[in-house]
Amino acid sequence: MAQYNTYNHVEKIKTKDTKRYLWWLPLLVAVSPIIGIKIYEATGNPLFPWLTPILWYIFIPLGDFVFGRDDANYRDSRSEEIENDVFYKWLVFLSVPLFYVTWIYSAWWIATVANSTTAYLGVTIGVALTNGLALVVGHELGHKNNQQEKNLAKLVLAVPAYGHFSAEHNRGHHKDVATPDDPASARLGESLYKFILREIPGAFVRAFHDENVRLKRKGKSVFSIENQILQSFFITFLLYGGALYTWGPVILPFILISTLWGWQFLSTSNYIEHYGLLRQKQEDGRFERTRPEHSWNADHIVSNIMTFHLQRHSDHHSRPTRRYQVLRSDDAPQLPTGYAGCFTMAYLPFLWRKVMDHRVLEQYNGDILKANLDPKKRDALIRKYTKGDSNE
Amino acid sequence: MNKYVCPGCGYIYSEESGDEFEGFPAGTKWIDIPADWACPSCAVRDKQDFQKFED
Ligand SMILES: [Zn+2]
Repeated sequence: MAQYNTYNHVEKIKTKDTKRYLWWLPLLVAVSPIIGIKIYEATGNPLFPWLTPILWYIFIPLGDFVFGRDDANYRDSRSEEIENDVFYKWLVFLSVPLFYVTWIYSAWWIATVANSTTAYLGVTIGVALTNGLALVVGHELGHKNNQQEKNLAKLVLAVPAYGHFSAEHNRGHHKDVATPDDPASARLGESLYKFILREIPGAFVRAFHDENVRLKRKGKSVFSIENQILQSFFITFLLYGGALYTWGPVILPFILISTLWGWQFLSTSNYIEHYGLLRQKQEDGRFERTRPEHSWNADHIVSNIMTFHLQRHSDHHSRPTRRYQVLRSDDAPQLPTGYAGCFTMAYLPFLWRKVMDHRVLEQYNGDILKANLDPKKRDALIRKYTKGDSNE
Repeated sequence: MNKYVCPGCGYIYSEESGDEFEGFPAGTKWIDIPADWACPSCAVRDKQDFQKFED
């Protein structure tokens, strides 16, 4: 793998499967809004309805800081063994019903028990974050090449109301990643907020377009029951509609905030995953093949456990069918911290750009023209980053 | 009837069985697969990257 060797990364090999029993922790996070409610009821401490947001925004970044990176990989023979061990995929399967339990329990609690706006809001944002985790699980499942896991993906993606994700992500984003054509790859100079407004509608349009192309080949209408996107949204309709019917308008802010914030979670992950990175155009007009250097990698162990190794994103884009437990740490551009910490940085565009823009430039040895630039800021960026260059 | 394999992930397109989900009925020839079609399994490789597969 010498061609990616820009980081003098010394490959560490491990044989022991040290993370095996840590992978149940995301399942605990999936039900953390319920745990928070239960502790709140037992103690009356008003912080506990906020347990999940506190975990994601404070304790996980702190955990990344304290426990640091784990960048070891398995040797190939060991990796194959671990990839074929069904224990790992069963943990993911098991998480699927938990997202339903959390959503329904929290909705019920908010509608019938909660006695303060802050408790309502804390649980709602907590569910937004478990919705984000449901998207991570849907991502893992949707990539697999069998109907069982693809169906589970539709089921779990119904909770955050993002049934178009598999179509959009697998055939759209992965094909166009790190090119100007991809609404889900962020450009240098683009703020998170601008990106979200480009990505969320762009992803929706592309998903329906691609699903329509597939259905047309089969001679079916886009409104056919074979439409994978509508199948998932139908389950969402039952879940959300059932809650509204049962509990009435009191549940509406919960639905709106948790859904939109959950989408934001996904969009922010997309934002940091490819920020500024660009696949170069070849002489034949095609973009070069997707390699580890076209995604940011983060090896921080705490957030990697919480997101099923999603942060080993460079390897994921090189080998999208590889299961989470064996994703490799690569010689790839490295994020300064895990996703949880990066989220907060991305919320503050000046901070994000201060931390990240120079990393993008270093990736291209200072050649700004090789980065994926925001077209509106293109000229200004080129002026800014080639200033003082006496090569002309 | 030929088979073609994705060099990235190993997905095999067989003309004999086609790929129903993708909308290619059994018997669909490789030449009739759209030129802009990407590997449905990994999307890292496109049609023109596929290699003839001999089993
Ligand atoms: Zn493939």
